[in-house]
Amino acid sequence: MKVTVDQDRCVASGQCVTAAMAVFDQRDEDGVVVLLDPNPSAELAEDVRNAAALCPVMAIMVEE
Amino acid sequence: MLVVGASVGGLTTAESLRRRGFTGRLTLLDAEPRQPYDRPPLSKQVLAGVWPPERVPLRQPETLSALDAEFLLGDPAAGLDVAERTVHTVGGRVLTADVVVVATGLRPRTLPGQAGLAGVHVLRTLDDAMALRADLLRCARLVVVGDGVLGAEIAASARGMGVEVTMVGPQPAPLTSRFGPLVAGVLAELHTERGVDLRPGAAVTGLTERHGRVTGVCLEGGEVLPADVVVVALGGEPVTDWLAHSGLDVDDGLICDSRCRAAEGIYAVGDVARWHHEALGVAVRWENRTNAVEQAVAVAGDILGDDQPYTPVSYFWTDQFDARIHVHGETSPTAEVSIVEGDVAERRFVAAHRRDGGVIGVVGWNMPKQARLRRRELVGASVLVGGKS
Repeated sequence: MKVTVDQDRCVASGQCVTAAMAVFDQRDEDGVVVLLDPNPSAELAEDVRNAAALCPVMAIMVEE
Repeated sequence: MLVVGASVGGLTTAESLRRRGFTGRLTLLDAEPRQPYDRPPLSKQVLAGVWPPERVPLRQPETLSALDAEFLLGDPAAGLDVAERTVHTVGGRVLTADVVVVATGLRPRTLPGQAGLAGVHVLRTLDDAMALRADLLRCARLVVVGDGVLGAEIAASARGMGVEVTMVGPQPAPLTSRFGPLVAGVLAELHTERGVDLRPGAAVTGLTERHGRVTGVCLEGGEVLPADVVVVALGGEPVTDWLAHSGLDVDDGLICDSRCRAAEGIYAVGDVARWHHEALGVAVRWENRTNAVEQAVAVAGDILGDDQPYTPVSYFWTDQFDARIHVHGETSPTAEVSIVEGDVAERRFVAAHRRDGGVIGVVGWNMPKQARLRRRELVGASVLVGGKS
């Protein structure tokens, strides 16, 4: 699985961090998404798909 | 499966069903003739002209095709037979399914005398946003009727376009009922600094017109606010008129149990759903995009047998001028509010709302991460989905 994020689109909701804390974080200053792990392991895959679905601005792209 | 409403709640329900392995027939019906699109940008980027309307579709055409669902667009639902799980449409279609998901959203409230009057707008659909923008580009004075999230966002976007803006509403400051007086006061300051003429505590009694075009907004006491364009942002009513003869319980939304189920095989998702929130112990109806998505995921899970109560933490955000405001949990104008992080003077802070000493909600002002981290402090966080993180 390959994950990319669009920091320009991000509205800093943090929904992705709630869904998959090992893969996403937020910048302290403005809350914009930080991708911790662009190639998450299989056991994180469902959490990452969930994070992409929950993102309110569709700023997370997942390639299986 | 039949999903009535193909906005973000309906679409996410369909996608979640497929993601969870549902391979049967899937149909989405919607009153609007457009492919699913996103609403939050309408009052912000689209109205301001920062985004072209081509940027608002929720999915690329190839993603929608891959969903393997039938989209019946431009045909509003007209009735529901609960026992047969059959939906009748205005266009004469008769659609029967094993499960019907109601995701018909809201219809904006209007003022008496508004219908047919040029220059008066609501903002719910992409067409609404484009029509309002076109009018704002050639007008000088806008009056926003309504002091909630949508009204305040429209006021901010219109000021950015150089339009003179007056915002009128019943509250002492915009969004007081959501934010409480302290944070709403900061918001009022921000709007005033940026040139919005706020008319708090005012009741609108009607509109004035000449030759079929609006010329002003009448306030109780006789004052008339001159206007070339008026936006009515007084909230919306759940679209449930088509359920009137269904026998389902409708009371400011379609009444559902803790699984978002209105009857056997009938579910509701998004703005239209009033469900029993087990962790909060009350029936709630939430009008925000995040809930539409989370509820859709939960309903798809329940349809496929999860049987879990839907107990989310409420969350929404709003962007106005340079303020990005995030709200987690339940806020209340009567809650005890204190600043727990940052500094109001720097316009970067987190405010906690407390009731009986316990934190029920947090409002972050340009501090998104810090606000989110305080979700774990919410009363009952351990039983709220997403409360722990």
